[in-house]
Amino acid sequence: MTVVRVPPVLRSEAGGVREVEAEGQTVREVMEDLARRLPALGTRVYSDGELQPFVNVYVDGEDVRTRDGLDTPVGGNSTVILLPAMAGGR
Amino acid sequence: MTTYRELLQRTKSEISEVDVRGAEELDGAIWIDIREADEWQEGHLPGAIHVPRGFLESRIEGVVPDKASPVVLYCAAANRSAFAAKTLEELGYTNAHSLAGGFTDWKRNGREIVMPRTLSPERRTRYSRHILIPEIGEEGQLKLLDSRVLLIGAGGLGSPASLYLAAAGIGRIGIVDADIVDETNLQRQVAHSLETLGTPKVDSAKRAIEALNPDVDVVTYRERLTSENVERILGDGWDLIVDGADNFPTRYLVNDASIWHDIPVVHGSIYRFEGQVTVFSPHNGPCYRCLFPEPPPAELAPSCAEGGVLGVLPGIVGSLQTNEAIKLAAGIGEPLVGRLLLFDALATEFSEVRIERNPDCPVCGDHPTITEYIDYVEFCAR
Repeated sequence: MTVVRVPPVLRSEAGGVREVEAEGQTVREVMEDLARRLPALGTRVYSDGELQPFVNVYVDGEDVRTRDGLDTPVGGNSTVILLPAMAGGR
Repeated sequence: MTTYRELLQRTKSEISEVDVRGAEELDGAIWIDIREADEWQEGHLPGAIHVPRGFLESRIEGVVPDKASPVVLYCAAANRSAFAAKTLEELGYTNAHSLAGGFTDWKRNGREIVMPRTLSPERRTRYSRHILIPEIGEEGQLKLLDSRVLLIGAGGLGSPASLYLAAAGIGRIGIVDADIVDETNLQRQVAHSLETLGTPKVDSAKRAIEALNPDVDVVTYRERLTSENVERILGDGWDLIVDGADNFPTRYLVNDASIWHDIPVVHGSIYRFEGQVTVFSPHNGPCYRCLFPEPPPAELAPSCAEGGVLGVLPGIVGSLQTNEAIKLAAGIGEPLVGRLLLFDALATEFSEVRIERNPDCPVCGDHPTITEYIDYVEFCAR
Protein backbone atom coordinates (compact mmCIF):
# COMPACT_ATOMS: atom_id res chain seq x y z
CA MET A 1 0.00 0.00 0.00
CA THR A 2 1.24 3.45 -0.90
CA VAL A 3 0.57 6.43 1.32
CA VAL A 4 -0.93 9.37 -0.56
CA ARG A 5 -0.62 12.74 1.18
CA VAL A 6 -3.72 14.87 0.65
CA PRO A 7 -3.21 18.66 0.54
CA PRO A 8 -5.39 20.78 2.84
CA VAL A 9 -7.40 22.29 -0.03
CA LEU A 10 -8.47 18.80 -1.16
CA ARG A 11 -9.21 17.29 2.26
CA SER A 12 -12.93 17.86 2.06
CA GLU A 13 -12.86 15.53 -0.98
CA ALA A 14 -11.06 12.93 1.14
CA GLY A 15 -13.31 12.92 4.21
CA GLY A 16 -11.04 15.36 6.00
CA VAL A 17 -8.05 13.03 6.33
CA ARG A 18 -4.44 13.98 5.77
CA GLU A 19 -3.32 10.70 4.25
CA VAL A 20 -5.04 7.91 2.36
CA GLU A 21 -3.80 4.58 1.12
CA ALA A 22 -3.92 3.39 -2.47
CA GLU A 23 -2.55 0.50 -4.42
CA GLY A 24 -0.58 0.41 -7.65
CA GLN A 25 2.81 -0.13 -9.27
CA THR A 26 2.76 3.13 -11.19
CA VAL A 27 1.36 6.62 -10.68
CA ARG A 28 -1.46 5.77 -13.13
CA GLU A 29 -2.46 2.69 -11.16
CA VAL A 30 -2.32 4.58 -7.87
CA MET A 31 -4.47 7.38 -9.33
CA GLU A 32 -7.01 4.92 -10.70
CA ASP A 33 -7.20 3.12 -7.38
CA LEU A 34 -7.55 6.46 -5.61
CA ALA A 35 -10.39 7.43 -7.97
CA ARG A 36 -12.19 4.16 -7.11
CA ARG A 37 -11.78 4.60 -3.36
CA LEU A 38 -12.42 8.33 -3.20
CA PRO A 39 -14.08 9.44 -6.44
CA ALA A 40 -14.38 13.07 -5.35
CA LEU A 41 -10.66 13.34 -4.66
CA GLY A 42 -9.67 11.17 -7.61
CA THR A 43 -11.39 13.33 -10.21
CA ARG A 44 -9.89 16.51 -8.75
CA VAL A 45 -6.43 15.17 -9.38
CA TYR A 46 -6.87 12.76 -12.27
CA SER A 47 -9.48 12.78 -15.00
CA ASP A 48 -9.78 11.36 -18.51
CA GLY A 49 -6.58 9.46 -17.93
CA GLU A 50 -4.54 12.64 -17.30
CA LEU A 51 -3.20 14.39 -14.22
CA GLN A 52 -4.85 17.77 -13.70
CA PRO A 53 -2.39 20.47 -14.74
CA PHE A 54 -2.71 22.50 -11.53
CA VAL A 55 -1.84 19.62 -9.22
CA ASN A 56 1.75 18.45 -8.89
CA VAL A 57 2.36 14.82 -8.00
CA TYR A 58 5.58 13.81 -6.25
CA VAL A 59 6.79 10.27 -5.69
CA ASP A 60 9.41 10.15 -2.95
CA GLY A 61 10.06 13.85 -3.31
CA GLU A 62 10.43 13.86 -7.12
CA ASP A 63 7.96 15.55 -9.47
CA VAL A 64 6.56 12.83 -11.75
CA ARG A 65 6.58 15.33 -14.65
CA THR A 66 10.38 15.25 -14.47
CA ARG A 67 10.34 11.44 -14.45
CA ASP A 68 8.01 9.17 -16.43
CA GLY A 69 4.74 10.97 -15.73
CA LEU A 70 1.92 8.53 -15.13
CA ASP A 71 4.27 5.62 -15.82
CA THR A 72 6.57 6.60 -12.96
CA PRO A 73 7.01 3.53 -10.77
CA VAL A 74 5.66 3.65 -7.23
CA GLY A 75 7.30 1.42 -4.63
CA GLY A 76 5.46 -0.27 -1.78
CA ASN A 77 6.99 2.12 0.76
CA SER A 78 6.72 5.18 -1.42
CA THR A 79 4.97 8.34 -0.35
CA VAL A 80 2.97 10.15 -3.00
CA ILE A 81 2.36 13.85 -2.37
CA LEU A 82 -0.44 15.68 -4.16
CA LEU A 83 0.29 19.39 -4.26
CA PRO A 84 -1.81 22.14 -5.81
CA ALA A 85 -0.58 25.73 -5.66
CA MET A 86 -1.47 27.74 -2.57
CA ALA A 87 -1.51 31.51 -2.74
CA GLY A 88 -2.27 32.54 0.84
CA GLY A 89 0.01 34.98 2.58
CA ARG A 90 -2.30 36.78 4.89
CA MET B 1 62.34 28.86 32.24
CA THR B 2 61.87 29.97 28.65
CA THR B 3 61.90 33.67 27.76
CA TYR B 4 59.64 35.22 25.12
CA ARG B 5 62.61 35.69 22.81
CA GLU B 6 63.62 32.04 23.11
CA LEU B 7 60.08 30.85 22.57
CA LEU B 8 59.72 33.07 19.46
CA GLN B 9 63.01 31.86 18.06
CA ARG B 10 62.09 28.24 18.62
CA THR B 11 58.62 28.68 17.14
CA LYS B 12 60.03 30.43 14.07
CA SER B 13 62.39 27.51 13.54
CA GLU B 14 59.48 25.08 13.65
CA ILE B 15 57.05 26.79 11.27
CA SER B 16 57.16 27.84 7.63
CA GLU B 17 57.86 31.51 7.03
CA VAL B 18 57.41 32.73 3.46
CA ASP B 19 58.20 36.03 1.81
CA VAL B 20 55.62 37.85 -0.33
CA ARG B 21 56.70 36.15 -3.52
CA GLY B 22 56.59 32.71 -1.90
CA ALA B 23 53.16 33.47 -0.45
CA GLU B 24 51.82 34.63 -3.81
CA GLU B 25 52.94 31.39 -5.40
CA LEU B 26 50.71 29.38 -3.05
CA ASP B 27 47.81 28.55 -5.31
CA GLY B 28 44.40 29.46 -3.86
CA ALA B 29 45.87 30.52 -0.52
CA ILE B 30 43.60 32.07 2.08
CA TRP B 31 45.22 35.15 3.62
CA ILE B 32 44.38 35.77 7.23
CA ASP B 33 45.09 38.95 9.16
CA ILE B 34 45.45 38.02 12.82
CA ARG B 35 45.99 41.52 14.16
CA GLU B 36 43.67 43.36 16.54
CA ALA B 37 40.58 45.20 15.29
CA ASP B 38 42.16 48.66 15.58
CA GLU B 39 45.17 47.57 13.50
CA TRP B 40 42.87 46.03 10.84
CA GLN B 41 40.93 49.29 10.62
CA GLU B 42 44.06 51.20 9.69
CA GLY B 43 44.40 49.09 6.56
CA HIS B 44 44.93 45.49 5.52
CA LEU B 45 46.07 43.36 2.59
CA PRO B 46 43.57 43.06 -0.28
CA GLY B 47 41.42 39.94 0.01
CA ALA B 48 42.55 39.13 3.55
CA ILE B 49 40.11 37.81 6.13
CA HIS B 50 40.29 39.24 9.62
CA VAL B 51 40.52 36.70 12.44
CA PRO B 52 42.12 38.28 15.51
CA ARG B 53 44.76 36.08 17.16
CA GLY B 54 42.60 35.67 20.26
CA PHE B 55 39.83 34.02 18.20
CA LEU B 56 42.05 32.03 15.86
CA GLU B 57 41.52 28.61 17.42
CA SER B 58 37.76 29.01 17.76
CA ARG B 59 37.08 30.53 14.33
CA ILE B 60 39.61 29.06 11.95
CA GLU B 61 37.61 25.95 11.08
CA GLY B 62 34.71 28.14 10.04
CA VAL B 63 36.96 30.26 7.83
CA VAL B 64 39.19 27.47 6.47
CA PRO B 65 37.29 24.17 6.69
CA ASP B 66 39.80 22.22 4.57
CA LYS B 67 42.93 21.66 6.65
CA ALA B 68 45.01 21.02 3.53
CA SER B 69 44.27 24.50 2.10
CA PRO B 70 47.25 26.83 1.87
CA VAL B 71 46.94 29.56 4.52
CA VAL B 72 49.06 32.71 4.77
CA LEU B 73 48.94 34.35 8.19
CA TYR B 74 50.20 37.82 8.81
CA CYS B 75 50.45 40.29 11.67
CA ALA B 76 52.45 43.53 11.94
CA ALA B 77 55.96 42.07 11.93
CA ALA B 78 55.68 38.26 11.64
CA ASN B 79 55.99 37.45 15.34
CA ARG B 80 52.36 36.85 16.31
CA SER B 81 51.81 35.15 12.95
CA ALA B 82 54.63 32.70 13.75
CA PHE B 83 52.79 31.60 16.90
CA ALA B 84 49.56 31.52 14.90
CA ALA B 85 51.14 29.24 12.27
CA LYS B 86 52.30 26.95 15.05
CA THR B 87 48.74 26.85 16.43
CA LEU B 88 47.29 25.95 13.04
CA GLU B 89 49.84 23.20 12.69
CA GLU B 90 48.72 21.82 16.06
CA LEU B 91 45.13 21.96 14.80
CA GLY B 92 46.10 19.78 11.85
CA TYR B 93 46.60 22.41 9.13
CA THR B 94 49.32 21.10 6.85
CA ASN B 95 49.95 24.13 4.66
CA ALA B 96 49.99 27.15 7.00
CA HIS B 97 52.65 29.85 6.60
CA SER B 98 53.63 33.05 8.36
CA LEU B 99 54.27 36.06 6.10
CA ALA B 100 57.79 37.40 6.64
CA GLY B 101 57.88 41.09 7.49
CA GLY B 102 54.11 41.17 8.02
CA PHE B 103 51.94 44.17 7.24
CA THR B 104 54.72 46.64 8.07
CA ASP B 105 57.02 45.42 5.28
CA TRP B 106 54.12 45.01 2.87
CA LYS B 107 53.17 48.65 3.33
CA ARG B 108 56.78 49.90 3.38
CA ASN B 109 57.33 48.30 -0.03
CA GLY B 110 54.49 50.36 -1.45
CA ARG B 111 52.14 47.45 -2.03
CA GLU B 112 48.40 47.95 -2.21
CA ILE B 113 46.46 48.08 1.03
CA VAL B 114 42.72 48.27 1.60
CA MET B 115 41.02 50.54 4.09
CA PRO B 116 38.13 48.52 5.50
CA ARG B 117 34.63 49.87 5.78
CA THR B 118 33.69 49.49 9.38
CA LEU B 119 30.63 49.74 11.54
CA SER B 120 30.14 52.60 13.96
CA PRO B 121 30.45 51.65 17.66
CA GLU B 122 26.64 51.88 17.98
CA ARG B 123 26.11 49.49 15.09
CA ARG B 124 28.80 47.18 16.37
CA THR B 125 26.86 46.92 19.61
CA ARG B 126 23.45 46.52 17.96
CA TYR B 127 24.62 43.78 15.61
CA SER B 128 27.16 42.17 17.95
CA ARG B 129 25.40 38.79 17.92
CA HIS B 130 25.65 38.71 14.13
CA ILE B 131 29.25 39.91 14.12
CA LEU B 132 30.25 37.14 16.51
CA ILE B 133 29.16 34.52 13.96
CA PRO B 134 32.18 33.78 11.75
CA GLU B 135 30.01 33.33 8.63
CA ILE B 136 28.59 36.84 9.03
CA GLY B 137 31.07 38.99 10.94
CA GLU B 138 31.42 42.71 10.30
CA GLU B 139 31.68 42.18 6.55
CA GLY B 140 28.43 40.21 6.40
CA GLN B 141 26.67 42.81 8.53
CA LEU B 142 27.82 45.53 6.12
CA LYS B 143 26.32 43.47 3.28
CA LEU B 144 23.01 43.30 5.14
CA LEU B 145 23.10 47.06 5.69
CA ASP B 146 23.72 47.53 1.95
CA SER B 147 20.82 45.23 0.95
CA ARG B 148 17.48 46.31 -0.43
CA VAL B 149 14.59 43.91 0.07
CA LEU B 150 11.09 44.35 -1.35
CA LEU B 151 8.21 42.80 0.60
CA ILE B 152 5.07 41.94 -1.31
CA GLY B 153 2.35 42.13 1.33
CA ALA B 154 2.47 43.41 4.91
CA GLY B 155 0.14 40.74 6.24
CA GLY B 156 0.73 37.35 7.83
CA LEU B 157 4.00 36.54 6.07
CA GLY B 158 5.08 40.16 5.66
CA SER B 159 4.77 40.86 9.40
CA PRO B 160 7.51 38.54 10.70
CA ALA B 161 9.55 39.21 7.58
CA SER B 162 9.44 42.98 8.05
CA LEU B 163 10.32 42.76 11.74
CA TYR B 164 13.18 40.27 11.42
CA LEU B 165 14.62 41.91 8.29
CA ALA B 166 14.54 45.22 10.15
CA ALA B 167 16.13 43.74 13.26
CA ALA B 168 18.83 42.18 11.08
CA GLY B 169 19.73 45.60 9.72
CA ILE B 170 18.62 45.23 6.10
CA GLY B 171 19.37 48.74 4.84
CA ARG B 172 16.27 49.35 2.78
CA ILE B 173 12.92 47.61 3.04
CA GLY B 174 10.16 48.30 0.51
CA ILE B 175 6.60 47.29 1.36
CA VAL B 176 3.79 46.89 -1.16
CA ASP B 177 0.27 46.61 0.27
CA ALA B 178 -3.00 48.43 -0.34
CA ASP B 179 -4.84 47.19 2.76
CA ILE B 180 -5.92 48.79 6.02
CA VAL B 181 -5.27 47.14 9.40
CA ASP B 182 -8.43 45.58 10.87
CA GLU B 183 -9.23 43.50 13.98
CA THR B 184 -9.15 40.16 12.16
CA ASN B 185 -5.50 40.79 11.24
CA LEU B 186 -4.23 40.95 14.82
CA GLN B 187 -4.56 37.19 15.41
CA ARG B 188 -1.37 36.76 13.33
CA GLN B 189 -0.10 39.99 11.75
CA VAL B 190 2.29 40.93 14.54
CA ALA B 191 3.72 44.02 12.87
CA HIS B 192 0.37 45.73 13.44
CA SER B 193 -1.32 46.61 16.72
CA LEU B 194 -4.40 48.12 18.32
CA GLU B 195 -2.76 51.50 17.92
CA THR B 196 -2.63 51.18 14.14
CA LEU B 197 -6.12 49.78 13.56
CA GLY B 198 -7.73 51.56 10.63
CA THR B 199 -4.44 52.84 9.21
CA PRO B 200 -2.75 51.60 6.03
CA LYS B 201 -0.73 48.44 6.63
CA VAL B 202 2.32 49.92 4.93
CA ASP B 203 2.32 52.83 7.39
CA SER B 204 1.70 50.54 10.35
CA ALA B 205 4.58 48.26 9.30
CA LYS B 206 6.84 51.25 8.72
CA ARG B 207 6.09 52.46 12.23
CA ALA B 208 6.91 49.03 13.69
CA ILE B 209 10.18 48.85 11.73
CA GLU B 210 11.26 52.33 12.73
CA ALA B 211 10.50 51.62 16.39
CA LEU B 212 12.81 48.60 16.14
CA ASN B 213 15.67 49.89 14.05
CA PRO B 214 16.31 53.43 12.80
CA ASP B 215 19.06 52.11 10.48
CA VAL B 216 16.39 50.90 8.05
CA ASP B 217 15.14 53.11 5.26
CA VAL B 218 11.49 52.13 4.69
CA VAL B 219 9.87 52.74 1.30
CA THR B 220 6.10 52.29 1.26
CA TYR B 221 3.86 51.56 -1.72
CA ARG B 222 0.25 51.83 -0.63
CA GLU B 223 -1.06 50.08 -3.69
CA ARG B 224 -1.80 46.63 -4.97
CA LEU B 225 0.88 45.25 -7.28
CA THR B 226 -0.48 45.29 -10.85
CA SER B 227 0.84 45.16 -14.38
CA GLU B 228 0.51 48.96 -14.35
CA ASN B 229 2.82 49.68 -11.41
CA VAL B 230 5.14 46.67 -11.27
CA GLU B 231 7.80 48.22 -13.52
CA ARG B 232 7.86 51.44 -11.52
CA ILE B 233 8.11 49.63 -8.16
CA LEU B 234 10.78 47.16 -9.28
CA GLY B 235 12.59 49.97 -11.04
CA ASP B 236 13.38 51.48 -7.64
CA GLY B 237 16.15 48.88 -7.36
CA TRP B 238 15.79 45.78 -5.20
CA ASP B 239 18.24 42.97 -4.53
CA LEU B 240 15.57 40.48 -3.62
CA ILE B 241 11.84 40.05 -3.18
CA VAL B 242 10.07 38.37 -0.27
CA ASP B 243 6.71 37.27 -1.65
CA GLY B 244 3.94 37.13 0.92
CA ALA B 245 1.07 37.90 -1.45
CA ASP B 246 -2.36 36.42 -0.83
CA ASN B 247 -3.59 35.76 -4.35
CA PHE B 248 -2.59 34.03 -7.57
CA PRO B 249 -2.61 37.05 -9.92
CA THR B 250 0.03 38.76 -7.75
CA ARG B 251 2.08 35.55 -7.44
CA TYR B 252 2.32 35.19 -11.22
CA LEU B 253 2.97 38.89 -11.67
CA VAL B 254 5.82 38.82 -9.12
CA ASN B 255 7.25 35.75 -10.82
CA ASP B 256 7.25 37.18 -14.33
CA ALA B 257 8.66 40.52 -13.17
CA SER B 258 11.40 38.82 -11.15
CA ILE B 259 12.54 36.84 -14.20
CA TRP B 260 12.67 39.95 -16.40
CA HIS B 261 14.42 42.00 -13.70
CA ASP B 262 16.64 39.10 -12.60
CA ILE B 263 15.72 39.42 -8.92
CA PRO B 264 15.53 36.32 -6.68
CA VAL B 265 12.19 35.71 -4.96
CA VAL B 266 11.79 34.12 -1.55
CA HIS B 267 8.40 32.51 -1.86
CA GLY B 268 6.11 31.57 1.01
CA SER B 269 2.47 30.55 1.16
CA ILE B 270 0.15 29.35 3.90
CA TYR B 271 -3.22 27.73 4.34
CA ARG B 272 -4.80 26.56 7.59
CA PHE B 273 -2.02 24.45 9.16
CA GLU B 274 0.33 24.13 6.20
CA GLY B 275 2.98 26.22 4.55
CA GLN B 276 5.33 26.13 1.59
CA VAL B 277 8.67 27.90 1.22
CA THR B 278 11.18 28.03 -1.63
CA VAL B 279 13.58 30.38 -3.38
CA PHE B 280 13.18 31.17 -7.06
CA SER B 281 16.52 32.24 -8.46
CA PRO B 282 15.96 33.48 -12.03
CA HIS B 283 17.64 31.22 -14.61
CA ASN B 284 19.64 29.37 -11.91
CA GLY B 285 16.69 27.33 -10.77
CA PRO B 286 12.98 26.84 -11.36
CA CYS B 287 10.50 29.72 -11.26
CA TYR B 288 6.93 29.77 -9.94
CA ARG B 289 5.59 28.88 -13.39
CA CYS B 290 7.96 25.90 -13.59
CA LEU B 291 6.45 24.72 -10.30
CA PHE B 292 2.83 25.63 -11.00
CA PRO B 293 2.32 26.27 -14.73
CA GLU B 294 -1.24 27.38 -14.15
CA PRO B 295 -3.39 28.55 -11.27
CA PRO B 296 -5.98 26.16 -9.84
CA PRO B 297 -9.69 26.64 -10.52
CA ALA B 298 -11.43 29.23 -8.34
CA GLU B 299 -12.93 26.76 -5.88
CA LEU B 300 -9.44 25.44 -5.09
CA ALA B 301 -7.83 28.86 -4.79
CA PRO B 302 -7.34 29.04 -1.04
CA SER B 303 -6.67 32.75 -0.93
CA CYS B 304 -10.32 33.27 -0.07
CA ALA B 305 -10.96 34.48 3.42
CA GLU B 306 -13.07 31.50 4.48
CA GLY B 307 -10.00 29.21 4.40
CA GLY B 308 -8.61 30.34 7.72
CA VAL B 309 -5.07 30.06 9.04
CA LEU B 310 -3.46 29.14 12.34
CA GLY B 311 -2.11 32.43 13.73
CA VAL B 312 1.42 31.23 14.38
CA LEU B 313 1.80 29.56 10.97
CA PRO B 314 2.68 32.76 9.06
CA GLY B 315 5.13 33.46 11.91
CA ILE B 316 6.92 30.21 11.15
CA VAL B 317 6.73 30.39 7.36
CA GLY B 318 7.52 34.12 7.23
CA SER B 319 10.54 33.50 9.49
CA LEU B 320 11.76 30.71 7.21
CA GLN B 321 11.46 33.13 4.29
CA THR B 322 13.42 35.73 6.24
CA ASN B 323 16.12 33.17 6.98
CA GLU B 324 16.50 32.61 3.23
CA ALA B 325 16.47 36.37 2.57
CA ILE B 326 19.20 37.05 5.13
CA LYS B 327 21.35 34.21 3.77
CA LEU B 328 20.99 35.55 0.23
CA ALA B 329 21.76 39.10 1.36
CA ALA B 330 24.85 38.02 3.30
CA GLY B 331 25.90 35.54 0.60
CA ILE B 332 26.11 32.57 2.97
CA GLY B 333 24.72 29.05 3.26
CA GLU B 334 22.67 26.94 0.89
CA PRO B 335 19.62 28.77 -0.42
CA LEU B 336 16.38 26.84 -0.82
CA VAL B 337 16.69 26.83 -4.62
CA GLY B 338 15.18 23.85 -6.45
CA ARG B 339 13.65 22.57 -3.21
CA LEU B 340 10.14 23.19 -1.98
CA LEU B 341 9.92 22.96 1.79
CA LEU B 342 6.53 21.84 3.11
CA PHE B 343 5.56 22.44 6.73
CA ASP B 344 2.64 20.79 8.47
CA ALA B 345 1.94 22.48 11.80
CA LEU B 346 -0.54 19.82 13.01
CA ALA B 347 1.92 16.98 12.59
CA THR B 348 4.92 19.28 13.25
CA GLU B 349 6.54 17.85 10.19
CA PHE B 350 8.81 19.27 7.53
CA SER B 351 9.13 17.57 4.17
CA GLU B 352 10.85 18.58 1.00
CA VAL B 353 10.22 17.94 -2.68
CA ARG B 354 12.60 18.62 -5.52
CA ILE B 355 11.57 21.15 -8.14
CA GLU B 356 13.34 21.58 -11.44
CA ARG B 357 13.60 24.28 -14.02
CA ASN B 358 11.27 23.49 -16.90
CA PRO B 359 13.04 24.11 -20.24
CA ASP B 360 9.56 24.59 -21.75
CA CYS B 361 8.52 27.14 -19.09
CA PRO B 362 6.57 29.93 -20.82
CA VAL B 363 8.55 32.61 -18.93
CA CYS B 364 12.00 31.34 -17.93
CA GLY B 365 12.28 28.49 -20.44
CA ASP B 366 14.46 28.30 -23.51
CA HIS B 367 11.75 29.65 -25.81
CA PRO B 368 9.51 31.89 -23.71
CA THR B 369 5.99 32.52 -24.97
CA ILE B 370 4.97 34.97 -22.23
CA THR B 371 6.86 38.20 -22.76
CA GLU B 372 4.55 40.76 -21.22
CA TYR B 373 2.57 41.03 -18.01
CA ILE B 374 -0.72 39.19 -17.72
CA ASP B 375 -3.49 40.45 -15.48
CA TYR B 376 -5.24 37.36 -14.25
CA VAL B 377 -8.79 37.80 -13.05
CA GLU B 378 -9.17 37.66 -9.29
CA PHE B 379 -10.58 34.27 -8.37
CA CYS B 380 -12.80 35.17 -5.47
CA ALA B 381 -13.86 38.15 -3.44
CA ARG B 382 -11.52 38.87 -0.54
